[in-house]
Amino acid sequence: MKILLPKKQIEAFRTKAEKTEHRRELVVDFMREIQDHYGWVPDEGVELVAETLGVTTIDVEEVATFYDKIYRQPVGRYPIHICDSICCWTRGGEQIAAHLQELLGIELGGTTEDGLFTLLPTCCLGGCGRAPSIMIGRKFHGNLTVEAIDQLIDQLRKEVAR
Amino acid sequence: MSATPQLLFKNRVPGKTVSYKDYCKTGGYTALEKALKGMSPAEIVTLVKASGLRGRGGAGFSTGLKWSFFPADKPAPKYLVCNCDEMEPGTYKDGELLAADPHQLIEGMILSAYALNADTGYIFIRYAYDQQLKNLQQAVAEATAAGYLGKNICGSGFDFELHLHGSAGRYILGEETALLNGLEGQRPNPRLKPPFPAQSGLFGRPTTVNNVETLANIPHIVNGGAEWFKGLARNHEGAGTKLFGLSGHLNVTECFELPVGIPLGELIEAYGGGVWRNRKFKACLPGGASTPYLTGEHLDIALDFDPLAAVGSRFGTAGVTVFDDQTCMLRVTLNLLRFFARESCGWCTPCRDGLPLVCWLLEKIENGEGTLDDLQMLRDQQQHISGRSFCALADGAMGPLDGLLRLFEQEVIDHIDKGRCPF
Ligand SMILES: Cc1cc2nc3c(=O)[nH]c(=O)nc-3n(C[C@H](O)[C@H](O)[C@H](O)COP(=O)(O)O)c2cc1C
Ligand code: SF4
Ligand code: FES
Repeated sequence: MKILLPKKQIEAFRTKAEKTEHRRELVVDFMREIQDHYGWVPDEGVELVAETLGVTTIDVEEVATFYDKIYRQPVGRYPIHICDSICCWTRGGEQIAAHLQELLGIELGGTTEDGLFTLLPTCCLGGCGRAPSIMIGRKFHGNLTVEAIDQLIDQLRKEVAR
Repeated sequence: MSATPQLLFKNRVPGKTVSYKDYCKTGGYTALEKALKGMSPAEIVTLVKASGLRGRGGAGFSTGLKWSFFPADKPAPKYLVCNCDEMEPGTYKDGELLAADPHQLIEGMILSAYALNADTGYIFIRYAYDQQLKNLQQAVAEATAAGYLGKNICGSGFDFELHLHGSAGRYILGEETALLNGLEGQRPNPRLKPPFPAQSGLFGRPTTVNNVETLANIPHIVNGGAEWFKGLARNHEGAGTKLFGLSGHLNVTECFELPVGIPLGELIEAYGGGVWRNRKFKACLPGGASTPYLTGEHLDIALDFDPLAAVGSRFGTAGVTVFDDQTCMLRVTLNLLRFFARESCGWCTPCRDGLPLVCWLLEKIENGEGTLDDLQMLRDQQQHISGRSFCALADGAMGPLDGLLRLFEQEVIDHIDKGRCPF
């Protein structure tokens, strides 16, 4: 089974917390670290953060549920954030979103059966000059066309198969 | 492309990041050395005030004046926080700046912290700016190795520590008090003001929050002087250059450093390459999603804070999003309002409940099911929300609605009369 976070990383974080005057400021940092390793932040992740930083689980949960890039539910290996804000809309963002849904056979918010992709609508990605755009994991992709999307998805599928 | 002096984009090569060595080659860190050796903190505050620099985060408050309210004589800790949330649709200039030349922000922050007598700094960076975060991590390491960060900087006795904080989404974190809660690891709803951050900010200590571009301008002002900086603008009341991020229906959608006060029409034609597909200009957002539209009658207007306020809009972040003549402005407004409704933090009723109601009304009219009563209800909602929310997010959301009702009322009525979207 996949573990939450390697022991070494937890220890390193504990040490960092001990050296930080206001430990609570590390809440988002720690959750991001867990998510990078585990893919999302499960209940045990929230508990681990709370225990390490000496705060209650509700203190962590109320922060976790505020941010849209902290996943409190499982997501696919490649979460795809599709920008639906105004600049992407002016340059065909809706077509890109529709094409991705058709190509992957899922709706916005859904995850493919093979667990590879999750589609999530998101607000402006700060790439308005390269609209329309999406972010896969933490990587930005701009100036998208239907063909470019097909290639991107194809490439990721091949990467996994390898 | 033109003779505009380049400050912030001086070293910019698209696709590359300026290294520490190259930054130093073109005068990097000389402003810091100059200030630490020969200028008092108060002198810098006076200089920045005289330069006319106004906050680049959207509100346009005089940076020098804001700094002069900072209680520099209070004991440590005191904080300088850099706002790189940059999540307002149409705004991508800070991201471009940090992708190109991150050391400018670091030098600007050290100088600003020296002026404010702040001992600790934070740079708050949005989730999507992963490359920019990496660039800053490297720049901080290099500046530390060079002795520009840490204890006794350049032998001046001034200490400054700089931390980076990667966020995890949500537009409201750009509001400075929500940002401070976010940095502290609290749920990032905005805080009640007063007390203002200068009195009680991060961890209850005096704090100044400034935008990336604001801070990156400081080294240039220290090197070039206040008169020179003021003189860079094209209009007499303006000061400095500005990063203009172009987007929407233009042939060229890039970010340019241009003089404050450049006329809208010139920006669109000379830099945006004109409206795409040989269509005509219909309207634009002059400075991000929260700024009321400009139309064809505004093409001669100088892009700056005061001239835009005079015509009922705002300079905002100077992220200019253009719409061609085949665009339905009702549909545009709906897209913008959906953004604000989704990004509402939910703390206060006018915003949490009012924005979805506005979206519902706009949707109804766009779908051809609206009535004149719905139009009146839109006007009422604008009155109910403007100035009555806990923070400025909902006021900002009223920007495009105000623009729609003021400038494109006939278009809304056409939807109602025809029972469908006329576009
Ligand atoms: C909803 C909302 C979002 C904001 N987002 C940002 C932002 O992303 N970046 C920014 O610098 N300022 C943003 N601001 C303005 C900040 O609250 C603050 O005024 C600014 O960071 C001050 O810096 P400046 O004086 O250098 O402009 C936002 C304000 C509001 C109300
Ligand atoms: S105006 Fe909106 S974002 Fe601001 S406090 Fe109220 S609910 Fe939150
Ligand atoms: S609107 Fe899509 S990246 Fe800005």
